[in-house]
Amino acid sequence: MTSDNSPGEIRVGIAEWRAAKQPVQITTLGLGSCVGISLFDPLTMVGGLAHIMLPDSKQFSHPTNPGKFPDLALPLLLKEMEGLGARRQRMQAKIAGGAQMFNYPGGQGGTISVGARNIVACREVLTWHGIPLLAEETGGNWGRTMIVDTRSGHVTIRAVGRPLLVI
Amino acid sequence: MSNWDSLTTLQIDALKEIGNIGIGNAATALATMVQRKINMEVPRAEIRQFEDIYSLVGNAEKVVSCVNLAVHGAAPGRILFLLDHPSSLCLMDLLMGYPPGTTKMIGEMETSALQEVGNILASSFLNAFSQVTGLNMAPSVPAFAHDMLGAILSSALIEAGYYAERSLVIQTAFHDEGVILHGHFFLLPETGALNIILNSLGIS
Repeated sequence: MTSDNSPGEIRVGIAEWRAAKQPVQITTLGLGSCVGISLFDPLTMVGGLAHIMLPDSKQFSHPTNPGKFPDLALPLLLKEMEGLGARRQRMQAKIAGGAQMFNYPGGQGGTISVGARNIVACREVLTWHGIPLLAEETGGNWGRTMIVDTRSGHVTIRAVGRPLLVI
Repeated sequence: MSNWDSLTTLQIDALKEIGNIGIGNAATALATMVQRKINMEVPRAEIRQFEDIYSLVGNAEKVVSCVNLAVHGAAPGRILFLLDHPSSLCLMDLLMGYPPGTTKMIGEMETSALQEVGNILASSFLNAFSQVTGLNMAPSVPAFAHDMLGAILSSALIEAGYYAERSLVIQTAFHDEGVILHGHFFLLPETGALNIILNSLGIS
């Protein structure tokens, strides 16, 4: 575990998206209520990762950063991956995150948590684009780091006090 | 004039000063609780990018404790009190009067104790803040999380409705004499609340 970017590693910040070809690893750190959407084309070994924050851009009149929203970020990630030779017909998705980090005393006024809504929104956007969701590691109340390995399409999930998980 | 971009130096200085008074009060409360001298840094009042707020505390994967309170009343907002993991353990030892190194993990009892510390800090901060501004404010019951910094901060901000790319942050770090406790205290006024605070100080 290193905080430095090694040459074979790309970092995706909050509300950002990145694509890369093998053998690069694409990582995003500390997903809480945010969701990481990873896409992978097993033929061209092109992978991508988006770190979205909020479920729906349509609730905002002027969404300034498309990377915040799955409905806006996914088409941009697809385009970037296609630029590297990937085809969306072959792409497979895996998602992680969407936790509820805080247990607010007295609840949140009966509303569903942002994390839960983010998960649903990501699933819907993937369905809309016809990309199968192969696996997910979502919900709960813990943070996750997500590492997409473009050599295999495997996604490793790192969490505090929990064993590494590969999906 | 609620636009973050148009804050003047005078206004920033005034926000820093009330931050200073509030955090001074909170640090005194903490010092009383642990019966040690607590030093604090000169508070910063800054307009910060969302991502930059993390970098004030550390790496996104750094394990921290966070007490998260809503500020209710005339100028609503949010207070976040963050402690890195070793400091959380150390604070527990100090609170309980245990020899250093006794507390090994943050369990249920530790969670509830740290929540209470956060509550006392937030209340003493808001007491001072209310006295200076004449605005009546009180903290909510605290929520708590112990996990990766990035996951905690982003969730705390998003769940509180801080969707904007930038926010006003009044922030300080404090430490005790042996530099064992590393804490961060954030006050994040809601967009409209900033105007109310500036009005109360007569510098809107």
